[in-house]
Amino acid sequence: MKPKEKNDIANAFKENMDYNELLNCTRCGFCLSSCPTYIETNMDETHSPRGRIALMKAVVDGVIEPDMDVKHSLDLCLGCRACEPVCPSGVQYGHLLEQARESFYQHKKTSLSEKFTHRFILNSIFPKQERMIKSTSLLGFYQRSGLQKLTRNSGILDFFPETMKTMDKVLPKVPSRNEMKNRPNYLPPPQHSGMRVAFFSGCLMDTIFLETNNATLKLLQYAGCEVVIPQGQNCCGALHGHSGELEKAKEMARNNILTFENTKAEYIVTNAGGCGAFLLDYHYLLRDDPLWSKRAEEFSMKIIDISSILMKLDFSSNMLKLDEQIVTYQDSCHLRNGQKTYLEHRQLLTSIQGVKYVEMKDADKCCGSAGIYNLLESEMSLKILDDKMRHVRNTNATTIVTANPGCLLQLLMGIEREGLSHTIRAVHIVDLLLEALENNN
Amino acid sequence: MLTESIQNELIEIVGVKNIQVSNSSLLAYSYDATPGFQSLPDAVVSPRNTEEVARIVKLCNHHRIPITPRGSGTNLSAGTTPLHGGIVLLMKHFNRILEIDEENLTVRTQPGVITESLIKSVEEKGLFYPPDPSSMKVSQIGGNINENSGGLRGLKYGVTRDYVMGLEVVLANGEIIRTGGKLAKDVAGYDLTSLIVGSEGTLGIVTEATLKLIPMPETKKTMLALYNKMEDAAHTVSSIISNRIIPATLELLDQPTLKAVEDFAKIGLPTNVQAVLLIEQDGTSTNVQNDIGRIEAICRDHHAREVTIAQTKEEAEALTAARRLALTALARLKPTTILEDATVPRSEIANMVMAIQSIAKRNRLTICTFGHAGDGNLHPTCLTDIRDTDEMSRVEKAFEEIFHKAIELGGTITGEHGVGAMKLPYLNLKVGSAGIEAMKAIKRAIDPNLIMNPGKMFVFLERQRLVVQK
Repeated sequence: MKPKEKNDIANAFKENMDYNELLNCTRCGFCLSSCPTYIETNMDETHSPRGRIALMKAVVDGVIEPDMDVKHSLDLCLGCRACEPVCPSGVQYGHLLEQARESFYQHKKTSLSEKFTHRFILNSIFPKQERMIKSTSLLGFYQRSGLQKLTRNSGILDFFPETMKTMDKVLPKVPSRNEMKNRPNYLPPPQHSGMRVAFFSGCLMDTIFLETNNATLKLLQYAGCEVVIPQGQNCCGALHGHSGELEKAKEMARNNILTFENTKAEYIVTNAGGCGAFLLDYHYLLRDDPLWSKRAEEFSMKIIDISSILMKLDFSSNMLKLDEQIVTYQDSCHLRNGQKTYLEHRQLLTSIQGVKYVEMKDADKCCGSAGIYNLLESEMSLKILDDKMRHVRNTNATTIVTANPGCLLQLLMGIEREGLSHTIRAVHIVDLLLEALENNN
Repeated sequence: MLTESIQNELIEIVGVKNIQVSNSSLLAYSYDATPGFQSLPDAVVSPRNTEEVARIVKLCNHHRIPITPRGSGTNLSAGTTPLHGGIVLLMKHFNRILEIDEENLTVRTQPGVITESLIKSVEEKGLFYPPDPSSMKVSQIGGNINENSGGLRGLKYGVTRDYVMGLEVVLANGEIIRTGGKLAKDVAGYDLTSLIVGSEGTLGIVTEATLKLIPMPETKKTMLALYNKMEDAAHTVSSIISNRIIPATLELLDQPTLKAVEDFAKIGLPTNVQAVLLIEQDGTSTNVQNDIGRIEAICRDHHAREVTIAQTKEEAEALTAARRLALTALARLKPTTILEDATVPRSEIANMVMAIQSIAKRNRLTICTFGHAGDGNLHPTCLTDIRDTDEMSRVEKAFEEIFHKAIELGGTITGEHGVGAMKLPYLNLKVGSAGIEAMKAIKRAIDPNLIMNPGKMFVFLERQRLVVQK
């Protein structure tokens, strides 16, 4: 890195970092044992929350320069925020990480491959649902046309990280373009009146995992809701926010707030832990924006995960039944550490007849998916995944349940890597609930 | 800065993967949990076995390079801050429990084992290792030994020293010695085991320890006593002891501490009272029942507003776990929390509590008090802001007054956190200049080149205090 570049980044740190929050860390170290990368690196302080905060503060204080090692330490962070609930001082680590990454992002000259992921994936596809549909259709064409077979046979995937190769194998059969475009925008309540909720459809969930979105809508209707799925909503911006593109994320936040304000819904329901936590954080993202801060607060207050609203509406008192099986649940980090929602999923699962619920060890620890982390930091991600699969095997579960598309894909990869795809399945909780409901009717 | 040839020699000893010299690594090992102290080492080195430790120490001794041993860096007296640079010696590869001896009731362990995981491992065999510092979830046994850590169970069961039976130590000249053993009695020569325990890494590097275990108490009960007046709580403490009851745990928390802890833990702690005593007794169920009944009566005699007994194991554990978080939870209130651990004879606890309150008032400071009241070990914690220089000087003055008061009451400047760099200027108060000279003589005899954790406990140069304030 050139001196000027480092200097610019250091200045950006001074400008972006919340210094009071940095001081709020007393360096007690209580976060250490909760951090997956600290554990995986055999207790390397530079890959711990306390170490990363110390690095951020040292850059602001001018004690060290923001060099590539500092960047690596921030890059290797999963952003799982497992350090937040265990921090007695209540340090908002997730916010600090975003600010630090933004400081690098604004001034760091990136390599070509990094540029590709950021510019192409984050800025070209995700922000616009139309483009998401188009790219997913391309993926569908790839899967159906025989091109996938051709690619796999050609060995070209050997040039990509191992995660990419496995990902290619486990991606679900994507829906057709028509299916994606014809998803309804309004569902009336089953009875004359019902709670009016809006559904945040998400980008991955509304394309690759369209089936799961459809299942979510059915469950909401079954639970007595009137559902609005406003057109014009876009990606939540989490992937952008977590990788330092806060301005882009703000732009997306404003559009979503505007779109959902018009729905007059009591709740805004999400079925992706990562999106939900970021939507919940809009009030922080836009805190300095006088025109939007209040509106963002109102928006954030309405965010609720599908499992929470189902529990609120007493969905678990329905007759839910599945063939006898052992089920385990992998928390979505942002659902647990961001939205503080984790009991509801377990309550729902244990209410299904035929299900023997077995909690896996460290279910609250990240699976290594972490947005696009598994593509960028493939090696660390796979180490974490291997640990996860060991805990899964110890439960003897045949069904792994999760509540976020990234985690779902990661667990599918884990199953594939272990050669267990014939004995274990991974599903989103709403798909399992719908199965249990329909099985009984 | 280490010369290239020394770096190469280190690489030859530990392998290139086990030496870190990047800016980010040096920064990440420049601090521990003590506010206000930070200093960058020249290298971070992680030996894989005792022989490598010995070779590193010899090399450093030859070149006069300072060595600061470090576990998880949860020290509260700046003991693990490399104030004079040099090498931070990480014990992360020493992470195995070597043997749990169920016939002799001992555990032989490497120093890098996390305290809590050692406790859990022996508990699986129905055995008990009592020392439980609040940081036990992250702290390492080696750090506990070097600091002679205490904990919540110190009142009845003593501190780390009472459980260390034998050590393997690499001395400052690189020689490896083994002290003590699985022996209930051993008077062969000076008690070097006791000398090393609590020596804060100033004499050698502990590379293995044999620790005493005791049978797991049959049962345990936990209770909370609520007070409208701090004094009443403090008098209760002395009264329990003078009634010849030794509870396993007897902790005091004042109102601001309760509020901060409850804010984090949300377990329903009362926040509208002035003080709370958290009391735990273990033993046979008849004895526990009996003691808890008597303690409850004593609490009520001293005007406890309410006494509640935890109904389940989970409820009890939530209470003690919450207490362990007190210090960091207080950081919610102000940017900087500075705590001390002045300790007095148990009979003087009420006097000390009162003295702390008046010292705080006189210096216009917020000082919260919690701690192991039952063993006289209080943790007055000042809530302040390190950027406010005027207030910081009053903080320093207040703590000096607290130390003087503790000594006046027959106490000490530190009960369990160690002298380190933080309390170095006050050691004289407790041990006197002849005492310091005796300690220095021991130090010189074992570490003539003063390479082991320099700048801690006492200084040899005329400088009073060498601190990089960041």
